Amino acid sequence: MSDVALRLTGIRKEFPGVLANDDVGLEVRSSEVHALLGENGAGKSTLMKVLYGYYQPEAGTIELSGKTVEIRSPAAARRLGIGMVFQSFMLVPALTVCENVALELDHLGAVPSWQGIARQIREVSDRYGFGVDPDAPVWTLSVGEQQRVEIVRLLVAGAKMLIFDEPTSVLAPTDVEALFEVFAQLKADGYTIVFITHKLREVMACADRVTVLRRGRSVATVDRAETTEAQLVELIVGSARVEQAGTRGAARRDGAPVLELAGVWAEDDRGGAGLRGVDLALYGGEIVGLAGVSANGQVELGDVVLGVRPAGQGRVWLGGEDATTWPTARRLAAGVAMLPEDPMLMGAVGAMTVEENLALGDIDARSRPGFLPLDWRAARAKAASLTERFGLRMPRLDVPIRTLSGGNLQRLVFARELARSPRLMLAYHPTRGLDIAAVSVVYDALRALRDAGAAILVVSEDMDELATLCDRLLVIYHGQIVGEMAADAVDLHEVGRLMTGGVAA
Amino acid sequence: MLRAERLTARPNWSAPAWAEELGRFVGGLLLAGAAFAVVLLLFGKDPVKAYAEIFQGALGDSYGWTEVLVKMIPFVLTALAAALPAQLGLINVGAEGQLYFGAITATWVALTFGDGPTVIVLPLMVAAGFVGGAFWAGLCGALRAYAGLNETISTLLLNYVAIRVVDHLVHGPWKDPSNFNWPYTAEFTQAARLPVLFGSRVHLGLALAALAVVLLYLLLTRTRWGYEMRVVGGNPEAARRGGLPVGLYLVAAMAIAGGLAGIAGMAETSAIQGRLRAGISNGYGYVGFLASWLAGAHPLRIVVTGALLAIISVGGDVIQIAVNLPSSSVNVLMALILFGVLGTRRRLEAAR
Repeated sequence: MSDVALRLTGIRKEFPGVLANDDVGLEVRSSEVHALLGENGAGKSTLMKVLYGYYQPEAGTIELSGKTVEIRSPAAARRLGIGMVFQSFMLVPALTVCENVALELDHLGAVPSWQGIARQIREVSDRYGFGVDPDAPVWTLSVGEQQRVEIVRLLVAGAKMLIFDEPTSVLAPTDVEALFEVFAQLKADGYTIVFITHKLREVMACADRVTVLRRGRSVATVDRAETTEAQLVELIVGSARVEQAGTRGAARRDGAPVLELAGVWAEDDRGGAGLRGVDLALYGGEIVGLAGVSANGQVELGDVVLGVRPAGQGRVWLGGEDATTWPTARRLAAGVAMLPEDPMLMGAVGAMTVEENLALGDIDARSRPGFLPLDWRAARAKAASLTERFGLRMPRLDVPIRTLSGGNLQRLVFARELARSPRLMLAYHPTRGLDIAAVSVVYDALRALRDAGAAILVVSEDMDELATLCDRLLVIYHGQIVGEMAADAVDLHEVGRLMTGGVAA
Repeated sequence: MLRAERLTARPNWSAPAWAEELGRFVGGLLLAGAAFAVVLLLFGKDPVKAYAEIFQGALGDSYGWTEVLVKMIPFVLTALAAALPAQLGLINVGAEGQLYFGAITATWVALTFGDGPTVIVLPLMVAAGFVGGAFWAGLCGALRAYAGLNETISTLLLNYVAIRVVDHLVHGPWKDPSNFNWPYTAEFTQAARLPVLFGSRVHLGLALAALAVVLLYLLLTRTRWGYEMRVVGGNPEAARRGGLPVGLYLVAAMAIAGGLAGIAGMAETSAIQGRLRAGISNGYGYVGFLASWLAGAHPLRIVVTGALLAIISVGGDVIQIAVNLPSSSVNVLMALILFGVLGTRRRLEAAR
């Protein structure tokens, strides 16, 4: 068990303005599940991309089974038996599973042996209980299935060491457990697994050893069996900055609901029914959780409230006024704010600077004539105060935001939306990808917003989060609200049943 | 897919970044120049002589450099017509047709009100040229914004339509009966001619082009409209969710762009030709598109790339006589420059 499969020494990787990896070391034994743990921007993804040949380090060495290697490209990494599953999968949706797997293979030949590839896929799929159909087009598969396809393609291509970049961030809770079982079986079959995470529970659930990164440096490597969650937290944050149990808001249902939906139907992106008659009311001064497995109408619900997706039937009221036909700008002016599901794709402009992105959706600016100059000095001051308030570690505000880590971007968009003092906040996965310290900042901000009288809808798949944060819980399934309960009466078992289509008792 | 670099409000033009970008641009030019020299050698021509002739012809005397300025006017205006839509993520290859359509509407003013005073007729013609081009391009913008029709295709195809409309007009309704059946309109009255400068062919269109450069730059970098246009270009989904009228911006940007190309058409007919005829633009709209790409859709840099292409274009006429090559051979040089400059441009390294 103790032979070293991989040793990284003194890895250094610098991006303009950011030292992502600074003298990082990592030692992975063969046939172990090794977790790479750390806050956002700690350098986990960068380190793995260096290993995968995606980045070239400025300094440091990589040893595989005791031999120093140079990994110049992902293709070179694959030839060395290293495979990586990225956070956003690298599959071609229009192609079948079989064709996607073929893309990973080195020696495909002019006329690929599709039957041979399909047979290999079935072998691997059967061995690990994936149930992958080689002929299924990838776009028809769920996220969990796509992840299994990613694993299959690495195994078929002959990878011995599998790297996963936050593999659980896209999965429903049941899929997460299944993935950990796959890890265990892969380990038993002699594969080595390195996975990036910032969730302690996952580390305790499936890792053999853990390496903690902090601010671009490796802090420690510990055996899972000899550590505790508390010790890991200390290693991650470096000091005691841990989320306190939250206070609950006494829901003051004063006056008209801030948001009310009555019998709302809406199409999903494929023209099917995304929402099927949703009724709900949110009042000022409460945080309402929306629990559900992803793709059960959460996205469509937010779109309809924001006015970027038409309600086929039903009405939407904002602050007591019928807003069903209002354009988005008017809804924003009425105090709607949204932290979208994917902040990079839906809420920010990657090529623009931090300041420019913070100016987006600035209602005050929009009320002035458009030919007037924007007040960039005021925007900069606002950007500085926002980044300060949310403890965003940003070396410079004049860099394109696509250079930021996912967690920083998430917090940036969140900060921007909060700065508008909204009356209604739709927060999608507000802490996804955030580290422990950042999570508590977000929770505090949401609670402060609630105490200021705003209505907040938190969409999340993380039941712990919903139970900690929310005053009231709604469950969405198949485009309908199928359950409602007060926060102190939440029965997680019951919620789980409702989320997966069980009928309310 | 080629991608225009986007302006940022206050680009980080620290000295080293500036120097590096300039260095890469010049490097790309030299590379293209070397490649073209090889082409010349293959045809048995002396590249040193050819280059000397190009620069001598274009910059060696006052005729040369004033001709460069004359060519720059349509190049810069049509380049801006490609650059503004590029900032919104649109590809406008229709400046050629928009130029022709602006020429049509401006000609209509000249033929109808040509007897009025210059101070009325000329501004009217400029406005008409703008409106004509804006209509032609706005059409494509609206089809893109509200019907999802790809603007690259529609603008390209409408080029041919606009050219045919001009052909029809000069062969038919607007043909000058007193002119021996030539397919021309009647010559414009003096009131409808843009004044020339320095006693050369350089005309007041130069001032219009310069004004357009400055205004577009200020629009994009300073104003809220320009900022929001760049948001639309950077991420239409985020723009929509930010409450911006995305469709309106697409139409407006196309219309302004087409209007600028239309002014180029007005200037060519009014100042250079003095009448509407077929072939008023020798592919100026396409050269402008090239200038915009070379400049990364940046209005100020378009002045530089427009001048460069104008020098090559004027020099091309000289090459024909001096080295005995078809003047269109400079098109090869222009294409090589595009490849050279785009090929050496720094790719943004994806971080993390």
